[in-house]
Amino acid sequence: MNENTSGKKILSLALLIVGAVLLIAALWMDFSKTYLVVNMGSAKIALRGLFLVLGALLCLAGLYYIPTVMHHRAIINFIFLFPLLFTFAVTVIIPMFVGIFYSFTDWNGVSYTKMVGFENYGAMFKDPAFIWSLLLTVLFVIVNMILVNLVAFLLALLCTTKLKGVGFFRAAYFLPNLIGGIVLGYIWQFVFSNVLTAITHSPHSWLASTNTAFMAIIIVYVWQYAGYIMLIYINGLATVPKDVLEAAQIDGADAMKTLFQIKIPMIAATFTICTFLTLTSAFKQFDVNLALTNGVGTVRGFMGQRLSNGTQMIALNIYNTAFARDQFGYAQAKAILFFIILACVSLIQVRISNKREVEM
Amino acid sequence: MKMKTSRMVTLMIIAILLAAYILFPFALVVLNSFKTQSAIVSNPISFAGASFKQFISNASSVINNKNFVFWHAFGSSTLVTVISLVLLAVFGGMAAWVICRNKTRWSTVIYMVFISSMIIPFQVVMLPLIATFREVGKFVGLGMNGTLPGYCGFGGAMTVFILTGFIKGIPYELEEAAAIDGCSPEGTFFRIIFPLLKPTIVTVTILNGMWIWNDYLLPSILLGQNNPNKTLPVAVQAFVGSFVKSWDMILTAALLAMIPMIVIFLIAQKHIMDGMVQGAIK
Repeated sequence: MNENTSGKKILSLALLIVGAVLLIAALWMDFSKTYLVVNMGSAKIALRGLFLVLGALLCLAGLYYIPTVMHHRAIINFIFLFPLLFTFAVTVIIPMFVGIFYSFTDWNGVSYTKMVGFENYGAMFKDPAFIWSLLLTVLFVIVNMILVNLVAFLLALLCTTKLKGVGFFRAAYFLPNLIGGIVLGYIWQFVFSNVLTAITHSPHSWLASTNTAFMAIIIVYVWQYAGYIMLIYINGLATVPKDVLEAAQIDGADAMKTLFQIKIPMIAATFTICTFLTLTSAFKQFDVNLALTNGVGTVRGFMGQRLSNGTQMIALNIYNTAFARDQFGYAQAKAILFFIILACVSLIQVRISNKREVEM
Repeated sequence: MKMKTSRMVTLMIIAILLAAYILFPFALVVLNSFKTQSAIVSNPISFAGASFKQFISNASSVINNKNFVFWHAFGSSTLVTVISLVLLAVFGGMAAWVICRNKTRWSTVIYMVFISSMIIPFQVVMLPLIATFREVGKFVGLGMNGTLPGYCGFGGAMTVFILTGFIKGIPYELEEAAAIDGCSPEGTFFRIIFPLLKPTIVTVTILNGMWIWNDYLLPSILLGQNNPNKTLPVAVQAFVGSFVKSWDMILTAALLAMIPMIVIFLIAQKHIMDGMVQGAIK
C-alpha cells in the first residue's frame, strides 16, 4: 500500500513537471517566434500546438494521480468540469465580453485605433438600411410565429386522426427540417425563379420584387419549420387523457367544442414551447435569407433614401456589415443590440406565457 | 364505431395534397439533376431530356469540381460532426454529473451561466471568435480551426441542461452503494452513471447532430471560404458562388448534399423524430 502511494507520488510529480515544461516551451516558442514543424507524410504539424495540448493533458493526468483520499473527489470534479467549461469560456463567455468592448471601438477585424464611445450605437439609428432590417425582422418574426404555429397545429390535428398511413405523412411533413437552410434556399431559389415562372407563364420571378421576395422567404421558412413544430404539437396532443375526451363525447361535445374547450387549454404548455422556439429561431434566421435572396431588393424612399437591401434580415445585415463593408466595430455594436432585443423578447414571452398558464 | 367515410376521404385527400406540396421541391431537385442545363431552362417540370447518363455526368462534374470536392467536404462534415458529438456527450455528461451531484454555490452559478447563455445568438460572439481563433488556430495548428471547441462551447449549454434533468432522476443510493463497494468517483461515473445516461445521450446527440451537420455560419466563419477542409453547407455555398444560375450543377450538388441526411433519416426515422421532440420539451 505504501509503495503504491509513493509510486503514485512520483508518477504524479513527473507528469505535472513534464506537462508544465511542455506548456512553458510552447509559450516560449510563441514569444521567441520559433516555428518547429514536423513533417508527417503530407500533413505538417506545428510542434508548438502539440506541446500546448500535450502539456495541458499531462498536467491534468498529473492532477489525477495525486495520492490523496480526501481531495480526490474535488480533483475529479475539477477534471470533469474543465473540458466543457474551458471550451465554453473560450468560445462563448470571453468572446462576448471582448465583443462588448470592441463595440465601443473602431475595430476593423484586426486592430483598433481608438475608443469611439457610443458612436457605433448612435450611428445604427441614423442608418436607414439597418432600421429597415430591424423592422423587417420584427415583421418576419410576427408573421412567422402566427403562420408556423397555425400550420403546424393544423398538421398535428390532421396527423392525430385515424388516417391510414399517418406515419408516412408525419415523416413527409418533417422531412424539410432535416436539410440545412443553405441547400433549401438554393432549391427554392430554383423553384421561384424557374419552376413557378414556367407554370404560371409569367416572366417575373417572385424573387425579383421586394414584397414578393419577402413572402417567398416566409413561405420557405414555414415550409421548413412547420413539420418540426407539428411533431411537438402531436406530442402535446397525445398527453390529453383519453377518458377526458370520452367524457366530453358522452356529454355531447362536438369536434369543434372538444378542440377549443378541452384540447387547446390542456396543451397550453406546448403552445409556450412552440411560440418560444419559433420566436427565437425566426429572429436568428440567416441561412435561408442568404441563399434565397441574399438580402437583395429595392425599396424606394424609406427614411428619404433608396435602399438596395429590401429583404435583408438583421442577422444577414450584421454579417454583411462586417464582411462586405469591413466595419467590424459597427457590426459588433449591431450584434450586441440584437442580443439585447432577443433577450428582452424571450424573457417577456416566457413571463407572459407563465402567467397565462397559471391562470388557466 | 362507424367513421364517416366521406370525411375520412376528404382528410386523406388533404393529407396527400399537403405531402405533395411539401415534397414537390425535393422531387424537382431529383428530376432536374437528371437533365442538362438547357433542358432545365426550357421546361423544369417535364421529363423530357432526363436520362441516367446525364445524372452520372452531372454528378461526376460536381464531385470533381475544385470548389466543391464532394468527398472531401463529406469527410470534413462527418469528422467535425462525429468528433463534436462524442466530445459533447462525454464532456457534457461529466460536467452535468458534477454540477448535479455537488450542491455548492459554485455548481449553481455554473449551471445558471450555462442556462442563461442559451439565448446568446451566435452573431454576438462570431466576430471576436474569428479574431481570436485566427491567432489560436495559428498557435495550436490543430482542431479544424476551432470548429470543435466552437461546437462544444455552443452545444454544451443545452447538453448539460438536458443531461442534468435526467441525472437528477437517478437515485443517489446507487452511487453510495458503489462508493461503499470501493468504487472511485470516476469509476462510479463511467461504470454506473454513464451507461444509465444512454437514452438521453441519444436524444442530445440527435439534436446536436442535426444542428452541427446543417450549420453554415460557424464553419464558414471559422474555416473560411478558401479552407480546403470545408463542411458540406460551406462547400455548397462556395460551389454555387462559382456557378451562377447553372442549375444542372447546383441542383445536383444540392441532391448530393441532401442524400446523407435523408439516408440517416430513413434508417433512424423514429429515433430522430422522438429525439427532436424530447429535446424541445425538456
